[in-house]
Amino acid sequence: MANIDSKIPEGLLAEKWSNYKAHQKLVNPANKRRLDIIVVGTGLAGASAAASLGELGFNVLNFCIQDSPRRAHSIAAQGGINAAKNYQNDGDSIYRLYYDTIKGGDYRSREANVYRLAEVSNNIIDQCVAQGVPFARDYGGTLDNRSFGGAQVSRTFYAKGQTGQQLLLGAYSALSRQIGKGTVKLYARHEMLNLVIVEGRARGIITRNLVNGKIERYSAHAVVIATGGYGNAYFLSTNAMASNGSVAIQCYKKGAYFANPCYAQIHPTCIPVHGDKQSKLTLMSESLRNDGRIWVPKRIEDAKALQEGKLNPNDIPDDQRDFYLERRYPAFGNLVPRDVASRAAKERCDKGYGVNNTGLAVFLDFKYAIDRLGEDVVRARYGNLFDMYEEITDVNPYNNPMMIFPAIHYTMGGIWVDYELQTSISGLFAIGECNFSDHGANRLGASALMQGLADGYFVLPYTIQNYLSDQIQVPRFSVDMPEFVAAEKEVTDKIEKLMSIKGEHSVDSIHKELGRVMWECVGMGRTKESLEKAVLEIDKVKKEFYSSVRIPGNADDLNVELDKAIRLADFIEVGRLMAIDALNRNESCGGHFREEYQTPEGEALRDDKDYMYVACWKYTGEDSEPELIKEPLKYEFTEVKTRNYKV
Amino acid sequence: MDKNISFTLKIWRQRGPKVPGAFKEYPMKDIPGDTSFLEMMDILNEELINKGEEPVVFDHDCREGICGMCSLYINGYPHGPATAATTCQLYMRRFKDGDVITVEPWRSAAFPIIRDLMVDRGAFDKIIQAGGFISVNTGAPQDANGILISKKVADRAMDAASCIGCGACVAACKNGSAMLFVSSKIAQLNILPQGKVEAGRRVKAMIAKMDELGFGNCTNTRACEAECPKSETIDNIAFLNRDFIVAKLKD
Repeated sequence: MANIDSKIPEGLLAEKWSNYKAHQKLVNPANKRRLDIIVVGTGLAGASAAASLGELGFNVLNFCIQDSPRRAHSIAAQGGINAAKNYQNDGDSIYRLYYDTIKGGDYRSREANVYRLAEVSNNIIDQCVAQGVPFARDYGGTLDNRSFGGAQVSRTFYAKGQTGQQLLLGAYSALSRQIGKGTVKLYARHEMLNLVIVEGRARGIITRNLVNGKIERYSAHAVVIATGGYGNAYFLSTNAMASNGSVAIQCYKKGAYFANPCYAQIHPTCIPVHGDKQSKLTLMSESLRNDGRIWVPKRIEDAKALQEGKLNPNDIPDDQRDFYLERRYPAFGNLVPRDVASRAAKERCDKGYGVNNTGLAVFLDFKYAIDRLGEDVVRARYGNLFDMYEEITDVNPYNNPMMIFPAIHYTMGGIWVDYELQTSISGLFAIGECNFSDHGANRLGASALMQGLADGYFVLPYTIQNYLSDQIQVPRFSVDMPEFVAAEKEVTDKIEKLMSIKGEHSVDSIHKELGRVMWECVGMGRTKESLEKAVLEIDKVKKEFYSSVRIPGNADDLNVELDKAIRLADFIEVGRLMAIDALNRNESCGGHFREEYQTPEGEALRDDKDYMYVACWKYTGEDSEPELIKEPLKYEFTEVKTRNYKV
Repeated sequence: MDKNISFTLKIWRQRGPKVPGAFKEYPMKDIPGDTSFLEMMDILNEELINKGEEPVVFDHDCREGICGMCSLYINGYPHGPATAATTCQLYMRRFKDGDVITVEPWRSAAFPIIRDLMVDRGAFDKIIQAGGFISVNTGAPQDANGILISKKVADRAMDAASCIGCGACVAACKNGSAMLFVSSKIAQLNILPQGKVEAGRRVKAMIAKMDELGFGNCTNTRACEAECPKSETIDNIAFLNRDFIVAKLKD
């Protein structure tokens, strides 16, 4: 078995990052100009990294699949970003943010990484304010905060319900400044399709120009991937339509370990599924749980009547409403972490208490907040979210409770990285959602933005220099080297194979089939049987895909269906990996809930003795199963407990 | 419950920037009212693919009204008939049985057509690159609460910052002006104390770039604010004009 070195620095928890920075190697300014770095992705992590590396003087090549860096899906994050500022004087601290994150992740993340995340969280807020991010403020001119799930303090900074947009536009403006200065070169509408490795180190990428279909080669001294999560393996998710896991799979196939693929987050507050033509699920921000109360009827007859459309929810009296989160988790109430809230909704709906025509929805009610605060205050806090809800559902949430249901939202798993955010391939770094590092088995709300920006602004720009410091003598690589030719051939062969199938099923129809298998068998509640079935069914989907997909048009041209087919080929791989990982993990933790492993009260039952490790999957070839390598998680500074949100 | 409707789509098809395009009609049957406009386009494309034809190309991504990628000109309006909504937030319940729905790309000299309904909005990025930022490197700025900003100013900046860069303002304007887009960024950054330091430089650089890229002039027709999916107002343009004049006077 291969050895895993996570390169955690020595010293006390609070001193590790300072120690690292004090002793790491740096690159002097004159040499930075001679070093090229490829950054793939322009979301919070990618844009902030590309901008910061450009500012430092590196020569950066930045790629995105959309028409502009500003479109990356970070833009859709609504609620906020956490930081340990303790501006509210409510007892927050770096340690408490660290502790909440470790506990929220169900003790499946690395202590040192999470502590560093909490440590740099405060710098992020300072940086964003300096960039002109218009965070919400109080009348005295200071920054305002709200609370999010899994925390007992108010540490979330926000910009209306558009925090992700504002943070991304901040990073985008910093990136644009560098593009204008010429330190960063932008390649929009370019999709990475392969990683190039020269003598064991990542040295370049192969891309497809999505406008004209041209395959292009780019070389660099290091490659950084910031390509987001793989939640669209489920077809329906809160991800954008083009969000995909292809770059992660390409790197996995070149030797990067894929860590904890089964940890997928199911967000409790999404607009329920309607019909079979739906293309995506829309999230309603977690911040709504600050003031909204979640309930289903106490009496099954009322639930039946709601399902048949014979009862108006407003006619159900308060004492006939089951505020099940407040009932089960008195200490955190409606603000329990996402995994807990999602499972509780599923539990009620499985028992028949769902409130819409499919029986797969619960209420999120603002009647109580409106009574307490007035409609104007509620409108000021959540107006744009309410408008969005009404536009989609044709129901006015000021007068009627919202209906919500859990949906796939975020993937905690991803490419394995060490403390330096370097993958198991030398010179290949992974940042943001596409790595696995900081959220363990469950991510807390408002922590994705924090992690993306922490990685991009304040971690990678340091750690990558430790790698590049001995690369200063390495000249620029020619893209005519045999390694580049071979990597390009892999891509063109793959495209040719897909184009030549000329079958009878559209890419989307096969993707929907994959999504159905994933949701039914690798969804909120998993069992040994369901996962074994998933592996078989995914293999069937794969067979169907490679024998019957139909891609109109040509490969050497703009071809949206081909773009989607390439991504689907990789979703099939990632879906299978998720099932295998979930099958291996005979415990329940965070977003991974195995129905066999639960307490009598229905809570997740961890097995710390046997599963307190990061499951790293190593690719072994097209026709063989991946090899499992374990990185043990050592808790030296934190007492490991059962997660409890009741008291 | 929403009813199903049937209607005819009249869609602009064009192979490339230099090739002439034309409208093509597609009958649509029994589309549920709770289908979004883009999901309806997905249904059309699925039908076309099943017939062996190439699907209609259009830009879209987040499908929740925030990425700014979707950009359809529907029945003469950018993003269609709904107010304060993007194309992806438009639902078929707004249309009637038997309607003819005309779908075109954004039309502007500065946004060349790539294919069908997809256009190149790279000019917007170039304007931001010219000055749509505050010149601060990643590092250790002062504590975030070190700069006090009144709630009124912060809210004003937030309203201006809501722009999603979709280009509906340009598509709506008879002059193809980008003034609402540019002024929204100017209003956000120039009103904040952090952004005031380089306010004059910013407004001059962004306007010069806008002119250079072939966007037209503003003649105050207010078509842009009527069509903006994020309800940006021409107050931003007034703000920009004032800052521009002040900057020019200082020269």
